[in-house]
Amino acid sequence: MPVDFGKEVDYVAHLARLSLEPEEKECLAGQLSEILETARRIQELDTAGVEPTSHVTELPAVLRDDSVRPSLPLNRALQNVPQREKSFVKVPRITASELEQD
Amino acid sequence: MQLYEHTAAELSRMLQSREVSSVEVVRSFLERIDQVDSYLKAFITQTPVTALDTAGEIDSRRMRGENLHPLAGVPVAIKDNISTMDLRTTCASRILGNYIPPFDATAAAAVKRAGMPILGKTNLDEFAMGSSTENSAFFPTRNPWDPQRVPGGSSGGSAVAVAAGMAPLALGSDTGGSIRQPASLCGVTGLRPTYGRVSRYGLVAFASSLDQIGTVSLNAFDSALLLNLVAGHDPLDSTSLPGAVPDYTAGLEPGTKGLRVGVISYSSTEGFDPEVTETVQKAAALLEEHGAEVGEVSLSLTDYGLSAYYLIAPSEASSNLGRYDGIRYGYSAAGDNIETMFSRTRGEGFGPEVKRRVMIGTYALSAGYYDAYYLKAMQVRTLIRREYEKAFKKFDLLLGAASPTPAFKIGEKIGDPLQMYLSDVCNITDSLAGVPSLAVPGGFHSSGLPLGLQLTARPLQEQLLLKTARFFEAYRGQVSLRPGLEFIEKGGGSSAV
Repeated sequence: MPVDFGKEVDYVAHLARLSLEPEEKECLAGQLSEILETARRIQELDTAGVEPTSHVTELPAVLRDDSVRPSLPLNRALQNVPQREKSFVKVPRITASELEQD
Repeated sequence: MQLYEHTAAELSRMLQSREVSSVEVVRSFLERIDQVDSYLKAFITQTPVTALDTAGEIDSRRMRGENLHPLAGVPVAIKDNISTMDLRTTCASRILGNYIPPFDATAAAAVKRAGMPILGKTNLDEFAMGSSTENSAFFPTRNPWDPQRVPGGSSGGSAVAVAAGMAPLALGSDTGGSIRQPASLCGVTGLRPTYGRVSRYGLVAFASSLDQIGTVSLNAFDSALLLNLVAGHDPLDSTSLPGAVPDYTAGLEPGTKGLRVGVISYSSTEGFDPEVTETVQKAAALLEEHGAEVGEVSLSLTDYGLSAYYLIAPSEASSNLGRYDGIRYGYSAAGDNIETMFSRTRGEGFGPEVKRRVMIGTYALSAGYYDAYYLKAMQVRTLIRREYEKAFKKFDLLLGAASPTPAFKIGEKIGDPLQMYLSDVCNITDSLAGVPSLAVPGGFHSSGLPLGLQLTARPLQEQLLLKTARFFEAYRGQVSLRPGLEFIEKGGGSSAV
């Protein structure tokens, strides 16, 4: 069964917060269908009861000591901020936009 | 012989005996970069001034009789996805085009602490996603053996810098072959250490369960020198492995007696150049001639591994790249609400391959598809690990090709993502299994292009890889591994591609 990505592109692009030009969408729909078609071949393998591997090191969760360490000074931490006002990061209105979405 | 033609070990010896100064060494590499890099384009950012400063400082410390690291004064190039404090780190992406890290990656800090002058930051496929370095947002890098061809990727800039004598050593990163495949295509040695052996702190994240920093060098001994410097536990990377780091330069005398070598047989060799297969067979015969027990090992899941990788890596990437939102750093597009701003920033900031992978990953992780794609791929990863464990019960070392073909033409695969993905088929399962793997030059194709062998061992057996690579170096004979670069001298230059 071929994977039809055409209908999904807009939805997935929205989930990924990715604005795409119409030509990009068309191109991606074809390429992604093809890639996912190949990726689906793993369905042929029987994995019943097989533990998934999310990580290979098998280390336990590593916790650090709860102690104070030096961290980046404010100016350093904010040096790459595109829109800044004093020690604040400027962003478009968030609350209004969320209301509109609902 | 020019200084830039020496190996790192030779330079280290010459510096320690005060035959040469680090300033002289760095000047030689800078001149070489001036001669050839406007054509090959291995570097995104060159740092001649700070390199000479570091060199001068090391020279005066040496004059004062200070105890210095063996690599002090030996220059290095760093892939541009490894953070360097106050030095632009772009990941070859428009979205990080002006990003200046306020901190050093642990590997970069180690290089600085040792007193290695940094020559610059090398080109890559955007966010290390690709196999040809054509996905760089800035420019493609050319293969020094044939300027019409790609250097491989994603660490193409690092491989070319070393192959063309622009740096004696380079750091790269390998997620699914990004060190080994370009090393193979450029005729240099590339080592992907065991996952967790080198700290990932400050390596800009692509697929965190697979990303690993490693080395590009002219030979195995030089790899060992650089690995000594960057390997080890780091409290800043919770996935870095605890435990002592051996001296990787010790015990490297070539010895193959009794070594059990499994030559990888793939279920399908479709797409493999016959001369690649021949080179692997010759290498196996050479090992056997020198006392190794050579057998065949079937990695029947390799094709499934490729499929699993192209779900797992994009899934992790889609999550990791969520941070590029135009708020805290990087490119930022205007938008009257936050959602438009995010989407435009990412749509304008990311290139085509990154978008493809973010889309695949987002899809594979989305509700309704998670079990069929991502979870299933993680289960297949377990099956692949089991296949490796089984292989390593019988063999100490696996031998195969580092790339199914020699370097391909610029433009040949860029329009066909699946074909491009297939060029990593030899490298990907090692990455999924988390085992160390090394590409070493194995000979030449009849076209004159270099071919690489790939050696794979159990976790933390980097020494065995290096030692076996030394064996192949010892039997290589007087073959020059330096590309002639006649096309540059001839001035065929800018019109060639």
